[in-house]
Amino acid sequence: MAYADDVENEELHEPTGFIWKYVWSQDHKVIAIQYSTTAILVGLVALVLSGMMRMQIGFPGSIDMDSTAYYQAMTMHGMIMVIYLLTAIFLGGFGNYLIPLMVGARDMVFPFVNMLSFWFYLVSVLVLLASFFVPGGPTGAGWTLYPPQAITAGTPGSEWGIILMLVSLIIFIIAATMGGLNYVTTVLQARTHGMTMFRMPLTVWGIFVATILALLAFPALFVSGVMMLLDQTIGTSFFMPDMMQFGSQLDYSGGSPILFQHLFWFFGHPEVYIVALPAFGLVSDLISIHARRSIFGYRMMVWAIVSIGVLSFVVWAHHMYVSGMNPYFGFFFATTTLVIAVPTALKVYNWLLTLWRGNIHLTVPMLYSLAFIVTFLVGGLTGLFLGNVVVDIPLSDTYFVVAHFHMVMGVAPILVVFGSIYHWYPKMTGRMLHDGIGKLHFWITFLGTYLIYFPMHYLGFLGMPRRYYAYEDYPFIPESAQSLNAFITVVAIVVGISQLLFLFNLAYSYFKGAPSGGNPWRATSLEWLTPETPPKHGNWGTSLPVVHRWAYDYGVPGAELDYVPQTTSPEEVPVHESDHDE
Amino acid sequence: MLTQARTTSLPFAASSGYFDQRSASAKTGLRFLMAAMSSMFFLFLLSYILRSQVPDWEALSEPWQPLAQTGQLWFNSALLVVASISLELARRSIRQPDHGHSRGLLLLAGLSSFGFLVGQVAFWNFLTSRGFFADSNPANAFFFLLTGLHALHVVGGLVAWIAATVRLSRERRQPTEEGLALTKLSIELCATYWHFLLVVWMLLFALLSSSPGTYAAIAKFCGLGD
Repeated sequence: MAYADDVENEELHEPTGFIWKYVWSQDHKVIAIQYSTTAILVGLVALVLSGMMRMQIGFPGSIDMDSTAYYQAMTMHGMIMVIYLLTAIFLGGFGNYLIPLMVGARDMVFPFVNMLSFWFYLVSVLVLLASFFVPGGPTGAGWTLYPPQAITAGTPGSEWGIILMLVSLIIFIIAATMGGLNYVTTVLQARTHGMTMFRMPLTVWGIFVATILALLAFPALFVSGVMMLLDQTIGTSFFMPDMMQFGSQLDYSGGSPILFQHLFWFFGHPEVYIVALPAFGLVSDLISIHARRSIFGYRMMVWAIVSIGVLSFVVWAHHMYVSGMNPYFGFFFATTTLVIAVPTALKVYNWLLTLWRGNIHLTVPMLYSLAFIVTFLVGGLTGLFLGNVVVDIPLSDTYFVVAHFHMVMGVAPILVVFGSIYHWYPKMTGRMLHDGIGKLHFWITFLGTYLIYFPMHYLGFLGMPRRYYAYEDYPFIPESAQSLNAFITVVAIVVGISQLLFLFNLAYSYFKGAPSGGNPWRATSLEWLTPETPPKHGNWGTSLPVVHRWAYDYGVPGAELDYVPQTTSPEEVPVHESDHDE
Repeated sequence: MLTQARTTSLPFAASSGYFDQRSASAKTGLRFLMAAMSSMFFLFLLSYILRSQVPDWEALSEPWQPLAQTGQLWFNSALLVVASISLELARRSIRQPDHGHSRGLLLLAGLSSFGFLVGQVAFWNFLTSRGFFADSNPANAFFFLLTGLHALHVVGGLVAWIAATVRLSRERRQPTEEGLALTKLSIELCATYWHFLLVVWMLLFALLSSSPGTYAAIAKFCGLGD
């Protein structure tokens, strides 16, 4: 492992001029901000789309939206949120910003490839957004893009929209692979002196394992994307079965739509953890720092992350119970799905035990972390329902599923994104985000998302199907469900608009925020110990930091301060004499 | 104290040069790249096996089909073997004084890889001239797709090969320690990548030219098919 002395003496070619510094930048911090900004902007598009869908469901006919537009909005909302916002911001944003700083490196190991990664990502976003402007509009196949309907006439955007979607995904996968090679290699090869793997903050562990998942799982999406693209463009029959359309036989024959589903979910399930594992890592650090308590069971947490990562590759078919499968397969996948609850529950217990007797500061990052724990818990528990074949079959394709996955992999990770931005914004800008606005934003978002998604469980029990454009004239859906839908829509609009508070805070605090100093949260990990805030090119000034301890020395008994930075050597630990004798 | 147990410093990594670090990073990065590529080809091959069990599949390896004669593909394979071996020899000879035969070997590797690509294109032309288009049968589609993707990865390798060649000739004109280290690294990475490409190609070749009976047996082994 490790950087050697020569690296310290390596000349730092600091880029000059605006273009090289901020546009074609190879600095991981700039790339991280480019990634995050793009992800947030495209996420806003997805947020607006969800608001439009909610208007249609809550107040049918209130906006000019036909069923085609509804399905297009639904598809784009899902795909953007999962891939282009969450995956991009956790790996490209936080991964890029935090990995080199937390392991004590000057930059990523392949800065040029890192820059290319961002530009490929940007192109993939532009290609995706371009599909709004092609004939027929974007694809409305649902974010899972199941063939044959995704490329069959009658599905919105089955001509151009789906092509742009698939091309965009392929470009995104190339971007994610280039970024991913950087993240794993930097963690393995560029850690500073003394930074052993088991001294790394859990943030780095979460992103590291998630990146390995991404490198191995995204090829499945690539494979399915390429084959579907060929089915659509040159008329191969990888996934397309024999089909009649408008009374005439299509040219396809023999393809297997189920094969697509297997490939898609072989990517799709690890994708859940590609988003969740970085969130687990980040939130572990937030909880430890803001509760002034060393993380409970550090090694257990690491192994939990690793085992969740491994298990995530053998659960994919639980998304396909209703597609029909051998009952033994169903049993196998139900079992693996429930087993994954063990390391996950372990992590939840460890977060709680970290908080136990901690000195909890209800800062904005802490509020978001606490909110994450409860939200993730609720979403995770409903996962136990859906992981069982017999329970899943009646609940599948109802709003219960919508509630489940929005709680567990929509809201929960987004709460961590917010908490982490509040936490690391001072390092990125040198200024604190406004606390009052932050708390207001937090309470509206947290309570609001509960009011939105919790009632959806009941709608699901009532049998309200998901992915429907309109719910009139279904005798089994009672009148009260429509009232609840209207209520959910009102809350969703409020929560959606309240995100402007967050954007305002980002902009306002950049100019007017209170100066933060280098280490406003009194944290131990390396990123808070840079000579300048925000860190300059090369991060560490003349010499790399030397690490002597893990990242969680908080509330050290007898220490003068209540924390000991990772760079403090054992001899330097300031201990009171009286305590020392104990 | 509890925390004291955590502070025992492990010895620092043995101090090594900047290039050792750079070379270790490049090798690690390449390994992960190959892992991602393996995942991709593996999933393609699984899809291939699964799709081959549908009755409309007309295997290209049946006696009356084009892949019954694999002479051209064996010739292409031989070129890739030559490329792989010469890169391995170049990797070894660059350490000798005056870089041994590394220049010639590197050129040979590039030329034979290029020859491999030309051979593959020739075989595609042969297929299409006999009416075997990608959309006429899934077996054809998979053949074009898999060999095409493999060829694209060879093209990517050739970009790295160009970088290695440029570095080597620059190093021969103006020898520097830095240039030598970079050249060694480039050639080493190329050699590893070519071995990998060769293994992938051999697997692809074996599978694509196998009999339908083999596919059925693999599918049965994997629990796919009937």
